This record gives sequence, structure tokens and C-alpha cells, in this order.
Amino acid sequence: MKLFNRHFLYTVTFVLLVAGVLVLILVKGPLAPVSVKVVQLQRGDLHPAVFGVGTVEALRSYRIGPTRAGRLLNLHVDHGDYVKKGQLLGEMDPVDLPERLKAAALNTDKIEHSVEAAEAAVDEARERYHQARKEAVRYRKLVEKKQVSQELAESRESEARAAEDKLREMQANLAGVKHDLERASEEYRALEAQFADLKLISPADGLVTAREVEPGSVIVAGTPLLRIVDPDSFWIHTRIDQVHSGQIQVGQNAKIELRSHPDEKLGGRVKRVELIADSLTEERWVDVGFNSVPEGLSLGMLANVTIHMATLNQVDWLPSAAIVYRQGRAGVWVIREGKTDFLPVSIGVRTLDGKVQITRGIATTDRIAIYPAKPLKEGVRVAEMPDD
Amino acid sequence: MISLAYRDIGNSFGRYLFTGLGIGLLIGVTLTMAGVFRGMVEDGRALLTAADADIWVVQQNTLGPFAEPSSLPDDFYRGLLTLEGVDQARNIAYLTLEIGTAENKVRVMLQGIDPSAPIPRLVAGRPLTRPHYELVVDKRSGFHLGDVIPIHRHRYKVVGVTEGMRSPSGDPMVFLPLKDAQEIQFLKDNDAVYRDRKRLQENPRLNPAANPGLIDDVETAFFSNHRVNAILVNVRSGYDSHRVAAEIKKWLRVTAYPKDEMEQILIGNLIAMASKQIGLFLVILTIVTAAIIALTVYSMTQTKLKEIAVLKLIGTPNHLISRMILLEALGLGLIGFLSGKLAVTYWAPLFPKHVVMQVDDTLRALVITLLICVLASIAGIRSALAVPPSSAIGG
Repeated sequence: MKLFNRHFLYTVTFVLLVAGVLVLILVKGPLAPVSVKVVQLQRGDLHPAVFGVGTVEALRSYRIGPTRAGRLLNLHVDHGDYVKKGQLLGEMDPVDLPERLKAAALNTDKIEHSVEAAEAAVDEARERYHQARKEAVRYRKLVEKKQVSQELAESRESEARAAEDKLREMQANLAGVKHDLERASEEYRALEAQFADLKLISPADGLVTAREVEPGSVIVAGTPLLRIVDPDSFWIHTRIDQVHSGQIQVGQNAKIELRSHPDEKLGGRVKRVELIADSLTEERWVDVGFNSVPEGLSLGMLANVTIHMATLNQVDWLPSAAIVYRQGRAGVWVIREGKTDFLPVSIGVRTLDGKVQITRGIATTDRIAIYPAKPLKEGVRVAEMPDD
Repeated sequence: MISLAYRDIGNSFGRYLFTGLGIGLLIGVTLTMAGVFRGMVEDGRALLTAADADIWVVQQNTLGPFAEPSSLPDDFYRGLLTLEGVDQARNIAYLTLEIGTAENKVRVMLQGIDPSAPIPRLVAGRPLTRPHYELVVDKRSGFHLGDVIPIHRHRYKVVGVTEGMRSPSGDPMVFLPLKDAQEIQFLKDNDAVYRDRKRLQENPRLNPAANPGLIDDVETAFFSNHRVNAILVNVRSGYDSHRVAAEIKKWLRVTAYPKDEMEQILIGNLIAMASKQIGLFLVILTIVTAAIIALTVYSMTQTKLKEIAVLKLIGTPNHLISRMILLEALGLGLIGFLSGKLAVTYWAPLFPKHVVMQVDDTLRALVITLLICVLASIAGIRSALAVPPSSAIGG
């Protein structure tokens, strides 16, 4: 009996071993159903948003520099200073301008004297002309009374005409000299304007962000010496993928995450959707302003921006991981009697947290397979796993 | 009728079982090696599956982004879209990198994709939604949902987990938005950027005093990357991918591989050496295993020659003795095979690289094992039948 028992034990062990292997093949092996998790259509509010990255920039920024080449004489402000509109920021070296200005003034004075001389000459000519005219009239009368010869009267006439011509000449001379005066004084004013232009004046209230050149340096026209920005006009110059840019409008709320403060979210608002898009990066520029500009911003700092669209109230949605694409069509794997069935769906809005609005295609009672352990095909047996 | 084999095994069951288990471990090692070999091929295919493309467009005269470096401008895909038969064209960038925290560095293959593209084999979380700073990692990388992983300059958040996404060299794959991948691929460390910028600024041709704005444009051009490694093309249904690939090659002056050629590159070129190495090793291991099984079975009979002589002496027919030897050999083979298969099933996931157990490989191994057992037992039977019954008393 003992022998039989032992043999019986071995037989049972062997059978159990074989059965165990078979079960293993069926449960874990190639013949086992694919384990999936299950989701169903859900209803709720969706908050679509668009994400982009950008840099801190200023809407109003000014590059202060001379309009002419020259040497920088002095600069009165430095990096970090607040300046007022109209404030003197610095001056360029005038070199020979003061002397040229003085020469121009002297020239004007001289021409003023010439005008006086010309006026005197006109007066004198006019006097002579009147005199000659009177003489001529008198001789004409004497000719009528036959007291002087016709010839003498004609010579007096001619003298009078000559005096008139002289007067016109002197008048023309006066007008010319007056024009000279005008030109000289314009030249003087031009030099004065040039002189004034050597002063660098702040065009607006703002903050000096850079002082790029030091006094004594020789610079070409247009070189920026100082950069000034209006700190109230700081915004985030944000790159938004063109795919999502269509829904962005001025005034939409946004959250700004500065790289310097990664855990802090600042409120903002879309201030401008720029009309020019970048065709290479396929992005579009959107400028997002701060609701209140924070302290300690630095220009060019990176920032993440999330622009919020209008909320969709009470719509059907699924997790985006449940959406699969077959031959370019979006759909879901619906579980029917333990087997998969591909059902095309129409997709609406997608949110950043992975929810997809479903506009058409499935019912709330449909059980949808998600996170399959193996790629699913049509008609595959699936086993539903509980959520962990 | 009680089988002789049954009784014989019953007498020394422990020894029989342990012999079987020993053979089993050997078979297990052989199966594992086969699994490693299949795994390498599978890894190559996993990438093709993940890409889900009909045609791979790469730099002209190169062997694609894996076997050789390849670089294309990232607006090139628009040209592809204009070709007849092309349905979709997507940019893709690949780079291998070590990522993670200081304590937990993992070598991964980063795959930069269009963030709106679906991600295959997702087992948790969601696909990418933001165009920046998100990752979908493979389970094997050891990262979890919600982990924040710094890569170079930025911190990326893990939003999804896939399973079975590997590079051809077995590194877990990590998906991230294309623009980030381009930046990671190109952007140097800060010191290098500083030095390069300095060098540009000191070059009077690039930074002429008369044109102070020029340097900004030069820097922008210098420090940006608008290149990708490959463009994946999906062919419109009804078009042949080989013909479309030929068109692309002809007109756009780049190299295009249909999926099967790409597979050939990945499996034929990239892992050719490694797989040949493993393959040869597998062959040797199979021969050694077969030899050991055969010798074990044969020597099992040899140690029993005395008992067989006794059996013959008491008049046991030859066919019963042959049956005993054959059944014992087959039993040994089965125990060995089952224990080996079980062992592989449990130790395969411990391997750092993917070990694939294919059903037909397993069945083939079973057949080979049993065949070797039968052959070895024939040799055993021959020597058993040649034993004279007299040796039971004489020897």
C-alpha cells in the first residue's frame, strides 16, 4: 500500500505540473486575452488651453543713440536708473560746432550790416531818381514855353530813366542781401539744431536697461548707447504653434510661469496677436501682458504661458489615451462581449490635461478599452483589469 | 499493466527529478539565448512599429537615422506633401542620451515627435499635449507618471508611460515634443554658447562697427536648429510605397526607404554583428545542450545495465525493456523542457534587454528535446539489448 501511495503522489504531482503549465500558457501565455483597462464616456466641463513658451520683452523700448557719428562726451545715467521724459541723458562731443556756430553768428551780423548799407543805397538812389524826375518835368514845361531846347529836355528825361534804373538795381540788391541774411540765419539755426541734437534726451519715462558705450568712445551714427524700456509695458513675447493659434483672441486670460519663479503662476491677458507668423518654425507670436507687472523681471527671461480658452460646459469627453487612429480615422476600441470592436468617433476640443471632447460616435454605456497590454486588433479577446 | 518505467522511476524518483531539473536549467539557458536573439530583432521592429511609417525619408545617400547620422531641414516635409501618393509626412528626431536624476541615470533614446501625434502602446497617462516640456517614457526606464526629469536646460514632466518601446540597441524610448528634441540635440552648454558668441562678436566681418544690428541676426542663425533626422511618410491608400519612395528619391534628391528596406537596415545592418554573435552562440549552446541531454539519457541506461540483465534473466520481453528506456528518456526530456520553460518565463523579465519567447521557438525546442531523447534512448536501447542476461549473475 505504501508503494501505491507514493506512486499516487507522484502521479498527482505530475498531473498538477502539466495542468499548471497549461494554465500558465492560457493565462499568461500567447493564448491569454489581452488585459485592458476600461473607461466610459464622461460628462463635464472642459477647459481648453494653449501652451507656449516665450521671453519677457517690453512693448515700448527705446534705443538711445546719436544721429551722427562722433565721440561721446558724457553720459549722466547708468544701468538700472529710472529716467523721465525730456531728461538729459548725455551729450556728444561737439568738436568744432561751437566755433562754427560763432562764425555763423558773425556772418549773420555782417550780412545785417550789408542790408543796412543796401537800404541806404536804395534811399540814395530813390532820392536821385525823384530829383531827376522833377528836373525832367520842369524841362518839359520849359520846352512847351520854348525856353529851352528840345534836346536838353530829352537829355533830362534820359537822366531820370537812368536814375529809375539805378533805383531798381539798388532795390534788387537790397532784396538779394536780405535773402542772404535769411540764409545766414537759417544756417545759424541749423547749426543750433545740430548743437542741440548732440544732447541725448529721454523720449519717455522708463528704466535704463543697458549702457553700452562709455564716454570717450567714438561711435557711428545710430549706435545705441543706452537702452530704455517702459517697465509698465513688459509682456511675454510668446511662441504659439500655428495649429492652436486660431482660437487665440485678444483679451483671453493667461497664466504666466517665469523661469525665475517656476512654482508661481502669474495672471495675464493676451494683449496682441501678431499679424506676422513664422513660416519656418510654424509658430505665431502672441504677446501676453501681466495683470500686474512683478518686480525684478529681466528682459529675455524665459516664461511658459498657458492661454485659457472659453470653457465648454457639460460636454462628453474621454481620456485622449483612449483614442486610436486606424487609416487616419480617429476611433476607440469598444468592448462587445469581451471582444474589441473599432468604432470611429468625432473629436472636438482637446485639453492640455489629456481630455478629448467626443461629439459623436459612442454611447455613454459603451465600455471602451484603454491602456492595452498588447496592441489591439479587431475582434481580440480582452480581459478588463480594475484600476490600480 | 504497470509500466516498468513507472516502477523504475518510482524507485529513484528524487534522482530522476533532479536530473530532469538539471537538464531543464540547461534548456532554460538555451531558450533564453534564443529569446535574447529574438529580442534584438524585436527591438529593431519595435521602433518601426512605433514610427508607423510607410516610407522613411533620410539624408541623401545615408542609411537612415540609426545606422548612419542623417539630417534634413525641418521644413522639407512640405515638399514631400506635394508629391502624389503622400498622405502624411511627419518630422522626427532621434538622439540617445542619459537622463534622470544623479542617483538614477538611465540611458534612453529620445524621440522627438509632433506633439499632436498619437503614441503607440500607452499603458498609463496620456499622449503629449503641450508643444514643450512633456515626456512619455517607457516603463523600462523606471520613471513614473508625474516625475519631473531635468534634461539639459529644462525640466520635463512625465505625462504618459508606454510599454515595449525600445531603440534597436534596447534602450527604453522616451517621446518628447520635436522642438525640445531639436533644442536638446543642438544646444550646447552655457560655456560653449558664451565662447561661441564671443567669437562671433570679435569677428569684424560678422560684427562690423558700421552695422551694429547684424550680430543679432548672425547669432540667431548660428544658435538655432531647424533640422530633423528623418521624415516619416504615410502613403495614401492605393499607392505603392516602393513607387512613392522612388519618386521621392528621384525628384527631391534625398534617400527614401520603404518600410521593408528600413527593417532590413535595422535588422540586417545595425544589429547584424551582434545578432550573428548571439546566433552562433545559440547554435553552439543548442549543440552542447543536445549532447548533454543525449549523454545523460545514455548514461542513465548504462548505470542500469545490471538491473536490465536481471530483468532479462527473469524473462522480461525486449520490447518492455525498450519501452522503459524510451519512456524514461522522454519523461526526462519533458521534465527538463517544462522546468526550463518555467525558469525562462520567470527570469526573462529580469534581463535588462528585451527577451522574447516566441511560441514557435518554444515548440521547436520541445521537438528538438524530444528528438534528442529518442535518439539517445535508441543508443541506450541498443546497448541494453546487447547485455547478456548472464551478466546479472556473472558480473
